Amino acid sequence: MFKDLWLTKSRMQCVKVKVEINVLLVAVTAVALFTRLYDIQFPKAVVFDEVFYGQFLSLYMKRVHFIDESAPPFGHMILALGGYLGGFDGNFVWNRIGAEYSSNVPVWSLRIIPAIAGSLCLPLGYLLVLELGYKHLTALGASVLLLTENSLIVQSRFMLLDSVLIFFLLLAVLSYLRFHKAHDSSFRWFWLVMSGVSCACAVGVKYMGMFTYFLLLALAVVHIWQLLGDRRLSNAKVAAEVLVRFLALVVLPVVMYLGFFYVHLTLLYRSGPHDQMMSSAFQASLEGGLARITHGQPLEMAFGSQVTLRTLSSKPVPCWLHSHKANYPVRYENGRGSSHQQQVTCYPFKDVNNWWIIKDPGRHSLVVNSPPKPVRHGDVIQLVHGMTSRYLNTHDVAAPMSPHLQEVSGYIDFNVSMLAQNLWRVDITNRESDREIWKTILSEVRLVHVNTSAVLKLSGVSLPEWGFKQLEVVGDKINKAYQQTGIWNVEEHRYGRSQEQMERELELKSPTHSDITKNLTFMAKFLELQWKMMTVKNEESEHKYSSSPLEWITLDTNIAYWLHPSTNAQIQLIGNLVTWTTGNIALAVYSLLLLIYLLRRRRKVLDISEDSWEQLVLAGVVTIGGWSVNYVPFFLMEKTLFLYHYLPALTFKVLQIPIVVEHVYTHVLRSPAQQKSFVGVILAVLTSIFVCHHNLSPLTYGQPALTSDQLTALCWKESWDLLLRRR
Amino acid sequence: MEDSLKEHCTRDTVVRNRQKCKLNESGKRLTQTKPLQPHSGVCDKSKTNDPTNRLASNGTNKRQEERLRSPCSHVYIMVVVVVLSVCTRFYKIDEPAHVCWDETHFGKMGSYYINRTFFFDVHPPLGKMLIGLVGYLTGYDGTFPFIKPGDKYEHHNYLGMRGFCAALGSCLPPFAFLTVLELSNSTSAALIVACLLIFDTGCITISQYILLDPILMFFIMGSVLCMVRFNTQSFRPFSFSWWLWLLLTGVCLSGSLGVKFVGLFVILLVGINTVSDLWMLLGDLSLSLVGFGKHLLARVFGLIILPLFLYATIFAVHFIVLSKSGPGDGFFSSAFQSRLIGNNLHNASMPEYLAYGSVITLKNMRIAGGYLHSHWHLYPEGFGAPQQQVTGYMHKDFNNLWSVKRPDNSYDYTGTPVLVRHGDIITLEHKETTRNLHSHSHKAPLTKKHQQVTGYGINGTGDLNDLWQVEVVGGKKGDPVKVLRSKVRFLHHSTGCVLCSSGKTLPKWAFEQLEVTCSPYVKVTPNSQWTIEDHINPKLPNISLSVLKPTFLEILWESHIVMIRGNSGLKPKDNEMNSKPWHWPINFQGLRFSGVNETEYRVYLLGNPIIWWFNLFSLGLFVVMVTVTSVAVQRGMNLQENQKAHYRILKEGGGMLFLGWILHYLPFYIMGRILYYHHYFPAMLFSSMLTGITLDIFLKNFDIIFSPSIAKYILRGGQLVLILGVIYSFYLFHPLSYGMTGLLAHDPASSMAGLRWLESWDF
Repeated sequence: MFKDLWLTKSRMQCVKVKVEINVLLVAVTAVALFTRLYDIQFPKAVVFDEVFYGQFLSLYMKRVHFIDESAPPFGHMILALGGYLGGFDGNFVWNRIGAEYSSNVPVWSLRIIPAIAGSLCLPLGYLLVLELGYKHLTALGASVLLLTENSLIVQSRFMLLDSVLIFFLLLAVLSYLRFHKAHDSSFRWFWLVMSGVSCACAVGVKYMGMFTYFLLLALAVVHIWQLLGDRRLSNAKVAAEVLVRFLALVVLPVVMYLGFFYVHLTLLYRSGPHDQMMSSAFQASLEGGLARITHGQPLEMAFGSQVTLRTLSSKPVPCWLHSHKANYPVRYENGRGSSHQQQVTCYPFKDVNNWWIIKDPGRHSLVVNSPPKPVRHGDVIQLVHGMTSRYLNTHDVAAPMSPHLQEVSGYIDFNVSMLAQNLWRVDITNRESDREIWKTILSEVRLVHVNTSAVLKLSGVSLPEWGFKQLEVVGDKINKAYQQTGIWNVEEHRYGRSQEQMERELELKSPTHSDITKNLTFMAKFLELQWKMMTVKNEESEHKYSSSPLEWITLDTNIAYWLHPSTNAQIQLIGNLVTWTTGNIALAVYSLLLLIYLLRRRRKVLDISEDSWEQLVLAGVVTIGGWSVNYVPFFLMEKTLFLYHYLPALTFKVLQIPIVVEHVYTHVLRSPAQQKSFVGVILAVLTSIFVCHHNLSPLTYGQPALTSDQLTALCWKESWDLLLRRR
Repeated sequence: MEDSLKEHCTRDTVVRNRQKCKLNESGKRLTQTKPLQPHSGVCDKSKTNDPTNRLASNGTNKRQEERLRSPCSHVYIMVVVVVLSVCTRFYKIDEPAHVCWDETHFGKMGSYYINRTFFFDVHPPLGKMLIGLVGYLTGYDGTFPFIKPGDKYEHHNYLGMRGFCAALGSCLPPFAFLTVLELSNSTSAALIVACLLIFDTGCITISQYILLDPILMFFIMGSVLCMVRFNTQSFRPFSFSWWLWLLLTGVCLSGSLGVKFVGLFVILLVGINTVSDLWMLLGDLSLSLVGFGKHLLARVFGLIILPLFLYATIFAVHFIVLSKSGPGDGFFSSAFQSRLIGNNLHNASMPEYLAYGSVITLKNMRIAGGYLHSHWHLYPEGFGAPQQQVTGYMHKDFNNLWSVKRPDNSYDYTGTPVLVRHGDIITLEHKETTRNLHSHSHKAPLTKKHQQVTGYGINGTGDLNDLWQVEVVGGKKGDPVKVLRSKVRFLHHSTGCVLCSSGKTLPKWAFEQLEVTCSPYVKVTPNSQWTIEDHINPKLPNISLSVLKPTFLEILWESHIVMIRGNSGLKPKDNEMNSKPWHWPINFQGLRFSGVNETEYRVYLLGNPIIWWFNLFSLGLFVVMVTVTSVAVQRGMNLQENQKAHYRILKEGGGMLFLGWILHYLPFYIMGRILYYHHYFPAMLFSSMLTGITLDIFLKNFDIIFSPSIAKYILRGGQLVLILGVIYSFYLFHPLSYGMTGLLAHDPASSMAGLRWLESWDF
C-alpha cells in the first residue's frame, strides 16, 4: 500500500518524496528516542556493568591513570564525556550492583549518551536496509523489529558501551555502502572517510569492533578487485582510487586509534591503582606514584650506590630483588640438598629488604666517593644486601624449585670449602655505546655471573612456606637468549653515605630524595600500554550469569541487571523471543535460497534477474556476514562470555529478517493468493512480536513490579533465571 | 612394506606414461598441459591457443622425442631419490640404543597390543597398532617396559619398529617428488623438493624413531599424491585408473585420520579440492545431471563411505585385539569395562540390590565422567568453604569407596541388610576419611552457578546438609536400586540441588581431577546421573550379573568422546617450556630427543635451518608472485604463452599446496592443548613442495628481465647453487640427526661450534 503510494508520488514529484522519507525517519527516530530515554534515571542505583565502567569513569574524572585490558580507551572517554558534562566529580564508590547513587552522581547525563546512540541505531538500520536496495516498507519493518527488541532497549538505557558500539558499526557499514553506490557524487569521499572514522571509533570502543572492520575491509578488497578489472580506467586512476581507499580505511583508523591513546595518556597524568603493572620508566612519567619517590634521584650509577632492582618481566607479578634473614632449608621436601645459605628471592612489594649496594670488588668502601666513580657496561661489581650485608652469590647448586638452574644465595661462609662466587658483570642490553654508564630506570641490565656465566633471572615459580611464598630467583647458564625474566632495572637509587651498618640501615629506611625526571615519548608509552593490555590476563572464571555462545542463538540465557531492594521489580537482559526465533528461521530460509540459486545458476537456470541476485548477495554479505563475524569468533575465545556480547551480531541478524521477507514476497511467491496469505503470516508474526515485547517490558524497564505468579508465568524457558523474592 | 610401495610408485609412472603414448594425440597433449582441467575432453577444439598445441604443430617430432625420453629420465631420478632417502633414513638407525623421547609412549602402546591389554590414548589406534604388528612380526616380544626416555633396550629387538617408521619416512621424498612432478610437469621443481626433504635433518630425525609422525606423514602425503593423480585422470572418468586413485585417496585418508586427529586437516584439503572439482563439473552443461549424480555418488563412496568404513574397521580391530583389562579401564563406562577380561566387571558377581551398610563406588554417567572421589585435602582459600575436597577421578582407587548409611543412628548394621529404595534419605560416608558427602550454599570452585560439594563431619556424624535423597531415574517410590543397571540421582535434601559432575578439570590443588558440584538445575542429564559400579556387602548373596553388552557403535562413540576429552585436557603445565606456533616456521627451537649433557649421546630434532628459512622465504615469494601476476592479469596485461602456463601452475598447483600448508598450520593457533615443535612437520612438507614449484618458476622467468641466454645461465646456476647449498648445509648439520657426543655447541672446542646460529637452539 505504502509502496504504491511512494511509487506514484515519486513519479509525480521528487521534492515530495524527500519530505516523505524524512517524515518516516523522523518518526522512527522519535519513537526510538522515546523508548530508549523514557524514565532513564530509573533505577537510581548501580545497574550491572555500570559497576565496572563506573570505576574507570571516576578515575577519568580524577585524571588518574588506569589500565583496562578489555577495551581501548575511547569507550571510557565517551562515558567520561557524559560525566564531564554532568559535572560529576568522580566521588562514588563503585563496589556493588544495586547500590543507590548519591546525589553528586549525574545519572541522567551519564546514561544519556549510550541511550542516544542506541536510539540512533534505528534510523541507521532503516537507512542501511534502504541502501541495500530494499523498499521503504521493508526498511520500516527493520526499524520496528529493532524498536521492539527488548535486549537492545535494556542495553541502551544504562551506562554501558554496547549500544555505542552497535551505533558505530552500523554507521561504518552504511557509510561504506553509500560510498560504494555513489559513483560520481561529490559526497562520495565524505562517506568513505566517514566509514574509516566510524570503524576506528567502533574498534576504539571495544576490540570486538575489529570483526566488522575486517568484514568491511574484505568487502573493500573485493570491490577493488572489480575496479582492477575495469579496463576502461587508466592505471593512474586505478592506483589513485586504491590509494585513497587505503588511506581512508587503513591509515586513518590506525592514526585515530593512536589518537585515542594520545588523549587517554594526556588526560590521565596522575599515578593510580595499576601503576605496579607498568615499567618504572612509565610510572616515573606519571604525577605522584613512583615519580614522587624517584623525583630527583641521581641518574648515573656509581660504586657505592644504593639501589632497588626491579625485574622487567611482569609475569607472574612485577617484583624486586630481595633477601632476608632466612636460609635455604638444608634439605628440601624431595630430599635434595641446598647450600643452606641466605635466601635470595623476588618480592612483589616495596620493602626495606629490597635495597642492594653496588660495591667495587677492589675496594672495601660502601659509600660513594666524590667525585662518584660511575658503573659502566662491562664493569664487574659485587652486590651487597643492605640490611644483612650478604653478598649476592650463585654457584653450582641446584635451585630449590627449578633443579636444572643454579641457586642464588646471600653468601654465608660455613667453612665447607664452598667459596664465595660473588662477582657479577654488568651487561646493559639497551646500550648505545660499549662504555655506556648504567642509568636509573632507563638502563635494562643483565647481571652475568663471572665464574659460571649464569644470568640472574626470575624463574616465575613461587617458593613454598619456608620461602614465604616469594618468587624464586635463579642463575641460568644455559638459555642466554634475550628474556624479560633475566633483565633488571634500577628503580630507586641514591648515593650511599654511611659507612657504618647501623647508620646505613637507618638510611635505607628513610625515603629517597634527590633531583631529575625523565619523560617517555608517546610512542614508547603507547607501545608499553598496548603490550600490557594484550598480555595481562584476567583469571578465567565463571560468573553466575556467564553463558556459552551456543546458548545465545536460542536465547537460553539471561542476565539479571538489577533487583529492587524490597519488591520483585527487576531489570533483566532478555531479548524478544519471537524476533530471535524469526531471525533463526529467516537465516535458514536465506541459506537455503542462496544454495538453490547458486546450484541452479551454475546450471545456467536463472530464476531471478542478475540485479536481484547481486542485491541478495550483497545484503547477505552485510547482514549475515555481519552476524557471523560478530558471533562465530566467540567460540574460539576463552574469556568469560555474557549474553550482551551477542547484541552486535543480533542487530545484523534482525536487519536480515525483513530483507528475506521482501525477497520471498517478490521473487519466490508467484500467485497473488500466496502473497496475500504471506502478508497474513507477516502480520501475525508482527503482532506476536509486539505482544512478546509488551509482556517482557516490565523486565526491560524495571517497572511496574510483578507479583511472583506473574514472574513465574513469564519464565518461558526453564533455563532463564528470574529473581523471585521469597517472603 | 616400504619396498613394495616404492616399486609400486615407480612402476606406475612407467605404466601411466606408456598409456599416454598410446592415446590419440590431442588427448595426450591435453593430459600433459592441463593436468588440473577436469573436463578437458570437451574443449580440445576450442583451445587452439594452447601453448603446446602450437608447439606441437610446429615441431611434433621434437615433442614426441621428448615424451619418449622423459619417462626414462624420471625413472632414473626417481631411483636416485628413493635410494638417497632410504640411505639417509636408515643410516645409524640403531643408535642410540635406548628409549628416545616419545618412544616411551608409543613403544609402550605397541607392547600393549602385543600383550593385548587395554589402554587409553588420545590418538586413534592405527599408528600404534601398526607399530605393535611390526614389532610382533620382527620378533619383539612386548616385554620391554618403556618406562622413561634413556632406558637401555639391551637384548630387546627394537630395530624392527624403528625400521618400519624409517621405511614409511623414506617414502616422503619420493611421494613429494611425484606430487610436484604431477602438479608442475617440471622435473627440476620435483628434484628441488626431493632434495629439500631428503636433506632436511628434521625429517630424518623424526623418521628414525618409534613415533606416530612418520606414519601420519606417510598417509598425509599418500592422500595428496593420490588426489593429485586422481585429478589428472579426470579426462577419462570411471576408467580403472580413475577408480584406483579415487579409492586409494579414500584409503589414505582413513589411514591419516586413524593415526592422529591431525589427519582431519588433510581430509579438509581433499574435501575442498573435491568440492571445487564437483563445482566445475556442475558448471559443465554438456554433462547431464544424471552424469553429475554419478560423479557425486562415486566421490561420496570413495571419499566418505569407504574411509568411514575403514576407520570403523580400525577401531573394531583395536577393540578385538585389546581384550584384557589394563591401565585404561577407568576412563570408560561400566558397560564398556565388562568386555575386558580381568576387569572386576567382567562376568561380575555382586549383590544385585543396594542395601544399607554396603560399600560402593559411584560412576558418573557422563562419558569420561569419573568416579565420585574424596581425599585428605581441603578446598583452598577462595574456593568456597575450606572443607574436604570431593572430586571426580578417572582411575580406580580405594578413595572412590563410599558407604551407604542411614541418617538415624538407630539402624542396626549387624542385622539383615535393608534395601535402599527410591525416595529414601541416605548419607554417603567416605570410607577412607569417614567424612560425609555434604553440600551447602557456597559457590562451587569452577561452575559458579552450582553449589560446592564437600566432605564434612567426622566418623559419619555431620549435619542436616549431609542428607541426600535417592532417586532412580524412571522409577517410582519404593523401587529398589539395582547395581550397575539403575541410573541413580542424588538430590540434596535441604537445598534441592542434584549431585553432578560438571566435567571441568580442577587446578593443581585438586590434582587436576574433575569438579563435582550440586546443580540447582534439576533437569535429567547424564552429568547428574550415577551408576553403582562396585558393590560390597558380605551379608548379601552375590549374583552373577551379565551387564548389558554395549554395541560396537556405542563403544566407538564412547571412545571418541573420551579421546576428545583427553586431548582438550592436555593443557600446558605451568613452568613447562612450551612451544608456540610462531616458533615453528622460523625454526626457533628444536626438541631434545635424547641426551642433555656433554657425556651423553645427543639427538636434537631441528629442521635444517637453510631449508626451513628457504621455505619461509618461498612462502612470501609465492604470495608476491601470485598477487603481482593476478593483478597484472586482472588489469588486462597479456602474458606470453609459457608465462600463462607458469601462472596456471602457480595458481592451481601452488594454490593447492599453499592451502594445505595453511590447513596444517593455522589451526594450531586456536588449539588450547599443549603444542610441540614436531606438530609443524606435516605443514613443512606442504611448504617444501610449494618451495619447489615457486623457486622453479621464479628461476625460469628471469627472461623477463634478461636476454634468454643469460636467463638460461641464471636458471642452471640457480638450480645448482640451490641443490649444492642444501647438500652443504646437510653436511654441516647432519650430527643433529645422527647423534653428537662431546662438548655442547656453545663451547668453541665443540664439533658443532659456530653452528648455533640462534641462541634458542640448545644442542
